[in-house]
Amino acid sequence: MDVIIENLPQYWDGFLRTLFLSVVSGIIALIVGTVLAAARVSPVAALRGFSMVYVEIVRNTPLTIAFFFAAVVLPRLGITFQQFEVAAIIALSAYTSAFIAEAVRSGVNSVPVGQAEAARSIGMKFSQVLTLIILPQALRTVIPPLINILIALVKNSSVAGAFYVLELFGYGKQLANANGDAVVWVLVGIAFFYLLITVPLGFLANFVERKVAIAR
Amino acid sequence: MTTQVPGDALVSLKAVNKHYGQLHVLKDINLNVRKGEVVVVIGPSGSGKSTLCRAINRLETIDDGDIRIDGKELPAEGKELAKLRADVGMVFQSFNLFAHKTILENVTLGPIKVKGVSKAEADKDAMALLERVGVGHQAPKLPAQLSGGQQQRVAIARALAMKPKVMLFDEPTSALDPEMINEVLDVMVQLAKEGMTMIVVTHEMGFARKAADRVVFMADGQIVEDATPEEFFTNPKSSRAKDFLSKLLTH
Repeated sequence: MDVIIENLPQYWDGFLRTLFLSVVSGIIALIVGTVLAAARVSPVAALRGFSMVYVEIVRNTPLTIAFFFAAVVLPRLGITFQQFEVAAIIALSAYTSAFIAEAVRSGVNSVPVGQAEAARSIGMKFSQVLTLIILPQALRTVIPPLINILIALVKNSSVAGAFYVLELFGYGKQLANANGDAVVWVLVGIAFFYLLITVPLGFLANFVERKVAIAR
Repeated sequence: MTTQVPGDALVSLKAVNKHYGQLHVLKDINLNVRKGEVVVVIGPSGSGKSTLCRAINRLETIDDGDIRIDGKELPAEGKELAKLRADVGMVFQSFNLFAHKTILENVTLGPIKVKGVSKAEADKDAMALLERVGVGHQAPKLPAQLSGGQQQRVAIARALAMKPKVMLFDEPTSALDPEMINEVLDVMVQLAKEGMTMIVVTHEMGFARKAADRVVFMADGQIVEDATPEEFFTNPKSSRAKDFLSKLLTH
């Protein structure tokens, strides 16, 4: 136990960095994922195709490959970063957006087709039908799977620790090396701080789900 | 272009055909509806009457033929079509009120987002329309909190808010409990009296007798008869119509 108390500043710093990575990547992924889902249902075949190919490639390859691309391949192509955090955020949001896109698409499919027909019949353009009628209803129905994906994102952010980013898991490795006699407690501490983010996310999901549920 | 349209036809269909795969659902349909006319389309299920109704604002595409609203040919998908649809009100069998919007928002959304009307003005017009169809006091509620009859009256108000040239009704009372049918029909009869151009697909023969200028009888994708209600109900010409009417009257 002592090892956790003694190293609380490191834990706290790691916690904040993990939180930062997760929040920034989460927001980007939600936006990009929703845009990808919108592209997937759009009348433009090229957009549909792009979205499908992106989602299928990204969600079917390991996260470490996304990190490898962002941290190693992009700099070789001339896209360099001052901090490895930026590469981590690119990798995490690119990876997570594919899953968000699929969840939002399933939500779009769950909105009765009559809603879109009614919107079209009063003269709305496709973009208005999508943003005013379909997506607001679709997003409400997919809150539970979206939160699942965000919880996975928080845990996936630990991969950044292997790519020179000092976050919760990165500190965990350092502390475990420094305290070889108390590795179990070091890891218990790490797990605790991950739970500090993920468990409230679950509660948030329940709360929001009840709050925005639409009766039909 | 407008020279092809006969007289003052507001809606005109010429040689319209549509297939669902092998099924020929609309066979060479010709129909003209003048301004202010109320046309009731009846027929057995599967006769293509709903498809006909939905084709008029291009919710269903057609294979060939020519559909014009106020002399203008239906444009392909895009901005022009959206603009034309704003002039054609549509009421659905399943109401299709926007489930996440209040009753008031359901009615104001079109005027505000499509026509660019200010919110204050849209609210005022919407309240007047909701009062007119008898659901003014329900304005702040969500659709699911209303009965079917009330929802359908809101749907009529939503369509009217766009100040359409013609209103399409696709079996507006078929999903309603019997005691709610009249409250919706009353609103429609009132609308007809006020001179709205209406195309109504329905099984309500009472409405057809009361409010229709013409009854169009469809069977197997064809228009079999096109007559005044009096003529159609008392002296149907085709055996298909006679058969249909006899089945209605035996119960």
